Amino acid sequence: MTLTGIVFSIVLIVVELGLFVGFTVTTSSIIDRTNADLWVVSRGTPYIEQGAPFPERKLYQVLATPGVAVAEKGIVRFAYWKAADGSEQSVQVVGFDPHSQIGGPWNIVAGDIQELQKPDAVMVDEIYRQKLGVTRLGELFEIAGYRGRVVGFTRGIRAFTTTPYVFTTFKNAQNYVRIGDDQTLFILVRAQPGTKVEDLQARLRERLTDVDVLTKDQFSRMTRFYWMFTTGAGIAVLIAAVLGLVVGVVVVAQTIYATTMDHIREFGTLKAMGAGNGYIYRVIITQAVISAVLGYAVAMIVSAFIVHASQSGGAAILLPLPMAVGIFFLALLMCVSAAVVSIKKVTHLDPAMVFKG
Amino acid sequence: MQSAISVRNVTKTYEEGASKVPALQGVDLDVFPGEVVLLMGPSGSGKTTLLSVMGCILRATSGSVRVNGIETARLSEKELPSIRLEHIGFVFQGFNLFPTLTVGENVELALDLKGVRGEKAKKEARRLLGLVALDQKYNTFPSDLSGGQKQRVAVARALAGSPSVILADEPTAALDGHTGRAVMQTMHDLAHKHGRAVVVVTHDSRVLEFGDRIVHMEDGRIVPSRQEAEMVRIPPMAEVETFPAAYQA
Repeated sequence: MTLTGIVFSIVLIVVELGLFVGFTVTTSSIIDRTNADLWVVSRGTPYIEQGAPFPERKLYQVLATPGVAVAEKGIVRFAYWKAADGSEQSVQVVGFDPHSQIGGPWNIVAGDIQELQKPDAVMVDEIYRQKLGVTRLGELFEIAGYRGRVVGFTRGIRAFTTTPYVFTTFKNAQNYVRIGDDQTLFILVRAQPGTKVEDLQARLRERLTDVDVLTKDQFSRMTRFYWMFTTGAGIAVLIAAVLGLVVGVVVVAQTIYATTMDHIREFGTLKAMGAGNGYIYRVIITQAVISAVLGYAVAMIVSAFIVHASQSGGAAILLPLPMAVGIFFLALLMCVSAAVVSIKKVTHLDPAMVFKG
Repeated sequence: MQSAISVRNVTKTYEEGASKVPALQGVDLDVFPGEVVLLMGPSGSGKTTLLSVMGCILRATSGSVRVNGIETARLSEKELPSIRLEHIGFVFQGFNLFPTLTVGENVELALDLKGVRGEKAKKEARRLLGLVALDQKYNTFPSDLSGGQKQRVAVARALAGSPSVILADEPTAALDGHTGRAVMQTMHDLAHKHGRAVVVVTHDSRVLEFGDRIVHMEDGRIVPSRQEAEMVRIPPMAEVETFPAAYQA
């Protein structure tokens, strides 16, 4: 019973925190997984989905800046996908140069990145196949009146907005999102080895007008902050995570406390037999630690199944190692804290109760 | 002969909110090695409180409580458990065995408290269980024992560390007559063959024959008792279930 309560609590915490982490990571995954040190964006862009077009000639200004190793144009913008059966679906078009080493999809499970160089070629994530009406490679569709063809699938690249990412060439993306031939939404910059990113950022800011130059971390943080705190969705997930944590803590505390109270007579007997408070502390704390370790182990097995199952679902539940380690110590802390509360009760036992039948 | 337990002018008052409830009012009592004292009286008369005070579980409000000559009234709260550990063994009405531990482990736990561990503890636990003829139940869980067997395990546990005083609270209350008498026979033997001072709180008139003295309590005081005047030492009855005669504790 004790173990069940602890396992339930830890799984609840894993799911809620995992959803929160999944949400947070997903909102900025395109930025985080793009190996650019700096992002050049139109002035005042608050988050990645809100990029506004600016002249692509700025790319040449960027390339001419000392310390720049690679610079490429990029696009991330909403568009409408029209499937072969005529149904429409909002998508996010991600345009990049397949020849470059910056940007593009990851975790490709079908097709090859070089196939994106073929005309009208795109890649989508396999979890959105049904949503996009894609049954196989080579499936045709339309975006903004332009034809497209699915040449590959990725795995686990989900958008938090539930609008699937569609990876394609920069040129295709220009058409799909209807921006001018001479315009881009982003310029992705990689610094030369040995060049300090902040120094390069300062130099680019001096050279470029009407745009912002952001480090990868800054842009990622801004995007996460927008979705987290400016939209109600982020707050809701955050509150759910906090509630999950609170409920988990309360259930564990209650479970450990109730377990100790169930055995209050035994602790009373121990006291009557001459056990000092130190001995009883050790017994209770040891029980709590054992409960935490066993509960955690079982909960992690259950959580692993849930996390795995979520990979093919609409909402990602992530359990990164630091979070798993953190939850272990949290479980330990919860169990021991609850035990300490019950210790107080045990050490204040009415001795007369020991002598009652 | 020095008394194993000496209680002098002991009072105990419970405070319940604003009111004070006197549980013991000037109690004097000596318990000597080798005797069985039966503590009797109606409910609420202070028997259990006196047993708790003698067992250093409760502190007297005033008066003196000596255990083997040690004045416990002056000891701190932290020092009292060591007096219980060293000098006193308890037998409870509800047996109070640890249900998740085997019979052997129950006794080993008591030994562990006294610093006896490992193989030495196992050997000693088996010996103590042998004294109550339950060494063959070493690996049995308490739930698989009869009431009488449980109480005998409790007695074996109380003997861990060879305490000179055994305090028993209604040890026969949960047992049938035959088993109760067997347990009392064990108590009697502990006193008479091994020199333990045994105090038994009881309502059970069937066990009177095993007591050397009856102390009658009413309203927190020891009062003269008719039974005490009539008390004679009666040898153990032949039909009583017997345990090994050679107690070596």
